[in-house]
Amino acid sequence: MSELLDIATAATRRALELGATGAECTVSEGEEFSAGVRMREVENLKQAGSRGAGIRVLAGNLTGSFRTSDLSTQGIETMVRGALDLASITTPDPHAGLPDPADLGRFSGDLKLYDESVSRMETEVKIAQALKAEEVALAADPRITNSEGASFDSHLGSRAFANSLGFAGEYRTSTCGLSVVPVAKQNGSMERDYWHTSAREVSRLESPEEVGRRAAERALRRLNPRKVPTQKVPVIFEPRTARMLLGDLFDAVNGGAIYRHASFLAGKLGEKIASDALTIIDDATMPGLFGSSPFDDEGVASRRTVVIERGVLKSYLLNTYTARKLDLKTTGNASRGLAGSAGVGPGNFYIEAGARSEADLIASVRQGLYVTELIGASANTVTGDYSSGAAGLWIENGELAYPVSEITIAGNLKQMLMNLEQVGANLEFRGSIASPALLIGEMTISGQ
Amino acid sequence: MGLSPSFFGAKFGITERDLESYLSEALSAGGEYADLYFEYLSTSSIGIDEGIVKSASESVTLGVGVRVIAGERTGYAYSDDLSPEKIRKAARVAALIARGPASVVKTGFTEARKHNLYSMVISPHDVSLAERVDLVKRADAAARAYDNRVFQVIANYADSVREVLVASSDGRLSFDRQPMARMGVAALARETDGVPQQGYSGGGGRVTLDFFLNEKTPEHFAKEAARQAIVQLSAVDAPAGESVVVLGPGWPGILLHEAVGHGLEADFNRKGVSAFSGRIGQQVASPLCTVIDDGTIGSRRGSLNVDDEGVPTQKNVLIENGILRGYLQDTLSARLLKSTSTGSGRRESYQHIPMPRMTNTYMLAGQSDPEEIIRSVPKGIYCATFGGGQVDITSGNFVFQATESYLIENGKLTRPVKGATLIGNGPEALKYVSMVGHDLQLDEGIGVCGKEGQSVPVGVGIPTVKIDKMTVGGTAA
Repeated sequence: MSELLDIATAATRRALELGATGAECTVSEGEEFSAGVRMREVENLKQAGSRGAGIRVLAGNLTGSFRTSDLSTQGIETMVRGALDLASITTPDPHAGLPDPADLGRFSGDLKLYDESVSRMETEVKIAQALKAEEVALAADPRITNSEGASFDSHLGSRAFANSLGFAGEYRTSTCGLSVVPVAKQNGSMERDYWHTSAREVSRLESPEEVGRRAAERALRRLNPRKVPTQKVPVIFEPRTARMLLGDLFDAVNGGAIYRHASFLAGKLGEKIASDALTIIDDATMPGLFGSSPFDDEGVASRRTVVIERGVLKSYLLNTYTARKLDLKTTGNASRGLAGSAGVGPGNFYIEAGARSEADLIASVRQGLYVTELIGASANTVTGDYSSGAAGLWIENGELAYPVSEITIAGNLKQMLMNLEQVGANLEFRGSIASPALLIGEMTISGQ
Repeated sequence: MGLSPSFFGAKFGITERDLESYLSEALSAGGEYADLYFEYLSTSSIGIDEGIVKSASESVTLGVGVRVIAGERTGYAYSDDLSPEKIRKAARVAALIARGPASVVKTGFTEARKHNLYSMVISPHDVSLAERVDLVKRADAAARAYDNRVFQVIANYADSVREVLVASSDGRLSFDRQPMARMGVAALARETDGVPQQGYSGGGGRVTLDFFLNEKTPEHFAKEAARQAIVQLSAVDAPAGESVVVLGPGWPGILLHEAVGHGLEADFNRKGVSAFSGRIGQQVASPLCTVIDDGTIGSRRGSLNVDDEGVPTQKNVLIENGILRGYLQDTLSARLLKSTSTGSGRRESYQHIPMPRMTNTYMLAGQSDPEEIIRSVPKGIYCATFGGGQVDITSGNFVFQATESYLIENGKLTRPVKGATLIGNGPEALKYVSMVGHDLQLDEGIGVCGKEGQSVPVGVGIPTVKIDKMTVGGTAA
């Protein structure tokens, strides 16, 4: 056992000695690095490590939590006693508790969450990659006159978790990422955009040339935007904006919102809530991806859950508490920082790819909007009302015609799900939430 | 007060000689400037949900950040262990940014001047946990009592104390003890078997628990959250398209934060990537608009005695009668732009590099009667409360979300409308301000501003303001 897991196990044992009826403890360690460059010069370098621990104790149906950055014996003692004191002021909650012992466990396959290549990479190489990505973006076109910079970031983490039911597990993670933000300027119009790549191993990153090229292309195509008239048209979300929309949908299937009746999908299990085109999966067992882990933040084994299948709502996403509230079984989606009661978080939460290319989707629209940026998106999970600032490209006769900005798009998620006409084939996992391009039959554009 | 009786001197035995030696280590490979930011943060929070006090938690975090500046370059490292070896190690890592002979650290420190903006009537450490429980229970009861259509209530109370010590290689030494407390209430309401609607209210500041006993009570926030949820039960679809928009006083000041505030942060302007870059002295708003960023207002959420670089905060004029006057500067930008810090250097924690940020951003009161402003609008929308907002500083486009608004028809507020996003362009939007009320109000103290992954508490404020043209993102034709 590692030092971190020793600390976690000892803390839960100590909690029981002091009178707790149950306890769970997370101990984590992280090392972060970031190199920022701007206009061909190194701008900043940051490198540091930190550790922390958090405990949640149960005294019958009472719970208390405490988090500390002091992992000394004395620090841990203060943490355990603090959590017990806090439990004494809460109200008994019949649904509070640790998971059912039968649910505890870990996914057995190799999830490839950690790769040595990230820790082995030299600082000079990381800086060189950031410089290269920015250089390619700056050289792409004379209208790219400035840059907000490029950065190479990496993170190495270890997470240990133990509870008083005898669960003890830990895993290491590595991530690295490269991004660049060029600024394009022409005739008084100034626009920026970015491209970003990240991976758990260095060799899976897109090349600096690719990152620079795509960022430049995106900034350039936004120059000299128009503001279109207010109207109702079909809207295509490209993958980057589609995943933001999917993030809003995650909130609506989160068990916490369901038991409080704070989601428009509460009480809809088994019902048809979207068009046939939509299948949504949550899967924390996909090797090398960002939402993967062997067990969730309560020690429940990770798994694959079908959330929506061809438009029918099949499952909510649940932790132990929300499952008990709804008289269902946990789906292994417990999520928390170091302390506190667990919330519900995504594994790899994604929309299954369709058959048609994004170009096909665009070609099928006579007049509409291709959304490349959502700004200040607001989805009301309770009612489904959706409204967001947007920028993108106007589609005319099946082709991307000109950039548009300073407009909003609005609708209601209930109708938007039913009006989902096409799902693109371009599914890429760039984070724990992923979606291909989505074509929604009609939304309201507010402009001039 | 001197270092030895200060928090870090007394609790961790840190001396001026220690600080000098860490700073020398930081400048051992050259560089013009180094600083140390020591932070000890203790927090507590408690929440009620479904009438059950389900959670109570506390945390203690501690660490030091070391920064080295060499020209436009910044090296940064931190440690969550205050042992001399670990701090020296962090200093050596931060020093990697510079390449040259060691720079000399000034010997001896001068304690920086600072304000006295927050009084800690009751230290959170001396308040029993039971008193905090009482606050959330009172909020739960008051929201439910407001109207029998309220069926779900979540209330949270959180407070914290941050002890800070900043020491710089040019001999500046600052201490601060920063309290923060906030309360938030969310309510859901529905007609029998109808669709639920939600309301939210919250507030606080650099205050302690007594503020919620004497000034803004749990009942105040609870009633407001319940009222908003009830109002939404009869809301109609928001209009789509350009409209006259009247902003109510207080929290709608987030318009200023998004439309102009971020665009005036000096880092963006130094790099020439803001829509406001190079526009000082130009007309960027109607002559009725004077916009201030002021970190020196007593007890406010965005206020600080000294900023996170140890510089006293100031009252900074951003826009005066419509003319762009100045940027918000931190130490680095001020050095590079040959200007002076405006006390705007802020960071989320010891793990973060400081950058120019807002504090409390507001518009000065004008002459108009708020009633008269509404009466002057034949057709438009009145926004009483907002959720969040966001800005793209390069194009200048910004949005904010109206959560409680009403149609204005023939000079009167008529029906409530559903939430909608409003969008505008920073350097243009305020040119359409045609009336400014005499009723300046600051928000209740719940604002959090995010920039490059760092969150800091801020405040906003505005009087009733009429904007002749802005795009409203509803669905109604």
